[in-house]
Amino acid sequence: MKRRLSIKRRVYSGALTGFMYLAVGIAVAALIGIIGFVLYRGLGHITWEFLTTARSALRNTVGILPNILYTLYIIFTTLLIALPLGIGAAIYLNEYAAKRRLVRFIEFVIELLAGIPSIIFGLIGVLFFIQAMGMRRPSLLVGALTLSILVLPTIVRTTQEALKTVPAAYREGAFALGATKWYMIRTIILPASADGIVGGTILAVGRMVGESAALLFTAGMGYALVTNYFEALQTAGGTLTVMLFVYITEHGDFDTAFAIASVLLIIVLLLNIGVKLVKRRLKKI
Amino acid sequence: MKTKTIIEQTMKTTFFLCGMLTIVITFGIAVYMVISGIPAIREIGLSDFLFGQVWNPTGAEPQFGILPFILTSVYATLGAIAIGVPIGLATAIFLAKVAPPKVAAAVNTAVELLAGIPSVVYGFVGMIVLVPLVMNVFNLRNGATLFSAILVLSIMILPGIINVSRTALAAVPREYEEASYALGATKVETICKVSVPAAKSGIAAGIVLGIGRAVGETMAVILVAGNVANMPELFGSVRSLTMAIAGEMSYATGFHRNVLFSIGLVLFVFILLINLTLNLILKRGGAKR
Repeated sequence: MKRRLSIKRRVYSGALTGFMYLAVGIAVAALIGIIGFVLYRGLGHITWEFLTTARSALRNTVGILPNILYTLYIIFTTLLIALPLGIGAAIYLNEYAAKRRLVRFIEFVIELLAGIPSIIFGLIGVLFFIQAMGMRRPSLLVGALTLSILVLPTIVRTTQEALKTVPAAYREGAFALGATKWYMIRTIILPASADGIVGGTILAVGRMVGESAALLFTAGMGYALVTNYFEALQTAGGTLTVMLFVYITEHGDFDTAFAIASVLLIIVLLLNIGVKLVKRRLKKI
Repeated sequence: MKTKTIIEQTMKTTFFLCGMLTIVITFGIAVYMVISGIPAIREIGLSDFLFGQVWNPTGAEPQFGILPFILTSVYATLGAIAIGVPIGLATAIFLAKVAPPKVAAAVNTAVELLAGIPSVVYGFVGMIVLVPLVMNVFNLRNGATLFSAILVLSIMILPGIINVSRTALAAVPREYEEASYALGATKVETICKVSVPAAKSGIAAGIVLGIGRAVGETMAVILVAGNVANMPELFGSVRSLTMAIAGEMSYATGFHRNVLFSIGLVLFVFILLINLTLNLILKRGGAKR
């Protein structure tokens, strides 16, 4: 004997279900709309010349090669600083720290650090690296130092996650065979958690690629072609995302802006696929 | 044997220092924000600074009231939450409770990508598409308004809200829901009256995360909100705390520049309060589970 639900209950259920599908539709439509629109307006302006030359006021041509290089330099330098520190901190938290309360406190502090908005990191870059440490003006190095602080929480947390997936039996086995702690970490723990650490690194690279507020006043916005890495570190240079902002607000050159935005979205898509592949490998283990 | 112990000790110390460095950095940031923010506030006077309605840093008699910025940040965040939370929560419910696995995976990828789009791109698309649209629909002279900023922010905070709420909803024990079904409740009734209340601390954490993101967002809103230091109106051009810092940092000098650091301190205090709330919510939720 099946009784039908009252009208009130049916309307209630129907309305909420409808709203749920509408919400999912909005979220998905926003994504497809943004990506589709940017690629539609931008892909046509990406040419070989655009990707492989510098901006030239003389010939009145636009190119983003310097900014691609700057972005790579900043990513490389930031990883050089933040990866050892972040992985080191995660190893301490997961393998060495004996006091529960200290671990919890450090984790709390890292949460706080993760919640600070990028514009504050930009201010800190100006206050600390440029004014207090006497670097005087924006440069790629200042930008990279600032970003190192910004991505540190991401790297610590993802590395910690990766270390936690290594079974305790691995550690016990290594100790039983007479390995010292560092030898065990170096030969067992780090190789076993490498995939997770790589995944976290890709996430951090994604944040760096998308970052602008923290770099605007720390790395600056130049677009001269500097191929020497060490010379570039001293130069003020805009990453792709910063240049996107500059082309919008200072040049009003929307065609170039859409082209840069397309390049950025393609990079973001590729990084996303990278994280997915790493995750899939992790699941198999 | 001896070199081995030396290496062991060195590595142990190195890792310890890496761990301590995170504390030093975070406290260093707090100390620097306070040290560089306080002097200008002292000179202006705390209440003139926080509650002054006029921002005119370059006038003959400069005025440094940041109430317009504070209110803009608060209103923009409240607006974004009002629109973003229902959409985000509904999407999270869809992902955790309704969608078949394949659909959930696809929508999930979409959410991850949404989180990866740089904020300048959000601002740019908002500026090209949304601002003219707002101008035409509401018949305004300028579409770069608080309303446009709210719309852009409400999309930008979706991924955070969706991810945290979905995790919380997925962790609700099946028995709760089965008991509800056994009592004759429909799926929708079960979700609204059993699953969501059971996951409420996780959902609250997602909302607070969204608040933090909205308050701190800079480069997207700077392109769509008009960047004018008016007292906020829904359909007027406005400037938030973050926009004030990013917009004037490039040319501000002397005392004006110091005031920007003071605005940074105000923003930092806001963010700190939001994060402490988040931590409290998570701790309470964690203790229950």
